[in-house]
Amino acid sequence: MKTGGPGMGRRAVQLPIIDGFLWLVRIGAIVVVVWGATQSLSSGRLSAEQWRNLVVVGITQGSVYALIALGYTMVYGVLRFINFAHGEVFMIGAMTGFFVTDALAETALWRDYVWAALAIALVCCMATSSIVAVLLERVAYRRLRGLPRLIPFITAIGASFFLQYAIAGLFGTQVNAYPNVEPLDGTLTPLGLFSIQRVHLLVIVAGLVMMAGLHLYIEKTKAGKAIRAVAEDQEIARLMGINVDRTIARVFAIGGALAGAAGLLFGLVFENVFFRTGFLPGIKAFTAAVLGGIGNIGGAVVGGLTLGSVESLGPSLVLAGYDIPAANQLKDVVAFSVLVLVLIFRPTGLLGERLGEERT
Amino acid sequence: MWTRRSVFVISLFTTLALVAAACAGDDDEEAATEEFEPGALGAVEVAPGDPILIGAHQAISGDTASLGTDQVRGIELAIADRGELLGHEIELQVEDDECAAEGGTTGAQRLVAEPQLVAVVGTSCSGAAVPAAEILSDEGIAMISSSNTSPGLTSDLEGTEGENHQDNYLRTAHNDIVQGQAAANFAFEELGAQTAATIHDGDPYTQGLATAFEASFTELGGEVIVATAVNKGDTDMRPVLTEVAAANPDMVFFPIFQPEADFIVAQSNEFPELEDTNKLMGADGLLSDTFIVLPDTENMYFSGPATPTGGEYQEFVEKYNDEYGEAPIQAFHAHAYDAANMLFDTIDAVAVEEEDGTLQIDRQALLDELYATSGFEGLTGTLTCDEFGDCADPSIDVVQNGEPEATIEDVRGNVLYNFKPEE
Repeated sequence: MKTGGPGMGRRAVQLPIIDGFLWLVRIGAIVVVVWGATQSLSSGRLSAEQWRNLVVVGITQGSVYALIALGYTMVYGVLRFINFAHGEVFMIGAMTGFFVTDALAETALWRDYVWAALAIALVCCMATSSIVAVLLERVAYRRLRGLPRLIPFITAIGASFFLQYAIAGLFGTQVNAYPNVEPLDGTLTPLGLFSIQRVHLLVIVAGLVMMAGLHLYIEKTKAGKAIRAVAEDQEIARLMGINVDRTIARVFAIGGALAGAAGLLFGLVFENVFFRTGFLPGIKAFTAAVLGGIGNIGGAVVGGLTLGSVESLGPSLVLAGYDIPAANQLKDVVAFSVLVLVLIFRPTGLLGERLGEERT
Repeated sequence: MWTRRSVFVISLFTTLALVAAACAGDDDEEAATEEFEPGALGAVEVAPGDPILIGAHQAISGDTASLGTDQVRGIELAIADRGELLGHEIELQVEDDECAAEGGTTGAQRLVAEPQLVAVVGTSCSGAAVPAAEILSDEGIAMISSSNTSPGLTSDLEGTEGENHQDNYLRTAHNDIVQGQAAANFAFEELGAQTAATIHDGDPYTQGLATAFEASFTELGGEVIVATAVNKGDTDMRPVLTEVAAANPDMVFFPIFQPEADFIVAQSNEFPELEDTNKLMGADGLLSDTFIVLPDTENMYFSGPATPTGGEYQEFVEKYNDEYGEAPIQAFHAHAYDAANMLFDTIDAVAVEEEDGTLQIDRQALLDELYATSGFEGLTGTLTCDEFGDCADPSIDVVQNGEPEATIEDVRGNVLYNFKPEE
């Protein structure tokens, strides 16, 4: 008879238990989802078209999350630091969008060339958010670089409240309604498969274009190379002659600009904005970044789209199958359960955590 | 026993004799001083020249800031009108209830930290009132809300005490049982709706009102086919609306707040089943100047406390306008004015003035007297408090939003239906 060492024996006994438990959780989750889905699909409560529309809604919401998540993930990738004020940068973009579109809404430009007017609004939103993000980095974070991570983290929370209530103090706490954009009204039915709101299509297309642009910028330009180098190792990058401060400021500027664009898109879809607008989408986008693998740009996109779809489909598809009343109230429960499950099985998120590994 | 009583009687006579001998001239006032004994809950002593301190626990920040600001103004106008109370100024300490349990707790803790605090007018939101009433009740401080409407805070109006009722709690706002009846009666009888959907946001106010509506609507013979909910902070209501649209109800009742309601109205016009704004009905939380101007709220219905009529109210509105440069911004300013005045009248009745001008306000006596309020003539009607603290003279209006240019006064004036509970 062979006898293994004590360590061997323990491993042989323990691993199957833990693995077995994790497999049970996996199987349990799948059974719960499949059973719930079959129940609600077979009940015929919603038509096939309504299901497809829910998917489209989820992807739209997901695109907005993804655009904000890019800012979180870029800053994390470079600084290993979570910029909790990023949701507020997004809100400031949406606010700027409100002021610009509201001012333009009565002009001939808006009537005749609404796309040009929206382009102006987009530039303003991106510029304002970008400036706010850069100032935030300069004033609140730069001096704290290199200190224990908890310190800039708490500063970020403080900065978030500061920005929220600065906006509330300057522009009031009321809900501001965006003007109506006529060419964005109505729906399209491509190939007769599903109907999509024009404005949703705009959000998805704009989101994809910006994400592709960011990818090209990071991968193909010199500045992008510098960002990747700083993300990998700040000290070595400095030795190689890269201006680290400027590169980090650039990361904040790009993240801010994307958040500003997301703000305008959010405003066009939901048609209103107020000083708390950034709080919840900010948290959701952070969740999306973690879900996809924080620090990973592709992960932010995948995480955003996943989270948006899960939120919109989950309650109706799974929970309603169990006859849970007011299932939609539990959509955050569904979203965060998915996050927990993903993190149990893939602790670094769907696409893995570090950008550096891919880049090298 | 016998000997003890005789000793007591003898000493009593001796004391009285001494007192009578000592001060033959002014024994009336002296007797009053001797008489004042603080009750079980203690008393507030206001020294001559000191102000009488009143708390206002209202939602003055965040999404529902207009609700609380409006009421703080009502209280301030009541103080200005009163001038002095028993020769003392009235000082107002304003705390923020944030329209949430957290704000209700912190604000109430800050208020009870003031030993001179006589009573509180607040809170704005039922969700904040639940913890606030408990904290204030522990200190025996009377609390009169002018906009809490959740049945849980008082009673179901049929004699069952609400689960969150405290014995220091009163209100001058209506109980939502009444508003639920009003909305259901209007929907069933005036609109002819047979099926309805309700949407709340988890807040005790919205949940209570949605439930009250459902109960009355079912009683009348209708059916609530979807009773669903959203979360505070949600922006994408399409999943919820998809469910509602799939059931195709005759009307949708969503007594929630801004900004969630903005998203509901804006997104419901994407659903052919819900496009018709005549199907949509909100409640008093949405009767605000920023909601009714939204293009998708045209023709929508609202239930809410009736705007008071009469000359006194007109005078009040003028004063409000002069002081704050705008017309009343929400629905409960008059209720707040009434709550403050009811409180001042009661303090006036129970306060005992001592010889040196010190005012003694007994907390238990104040509470008893508040609960005994009967036939108080206020702007909102004739207030009489029941044993659970419901003092309102409820009158619910159902109004309809009209032209996009309509102001909030226009909408409030566009009354289609009025409901008063049968006595």
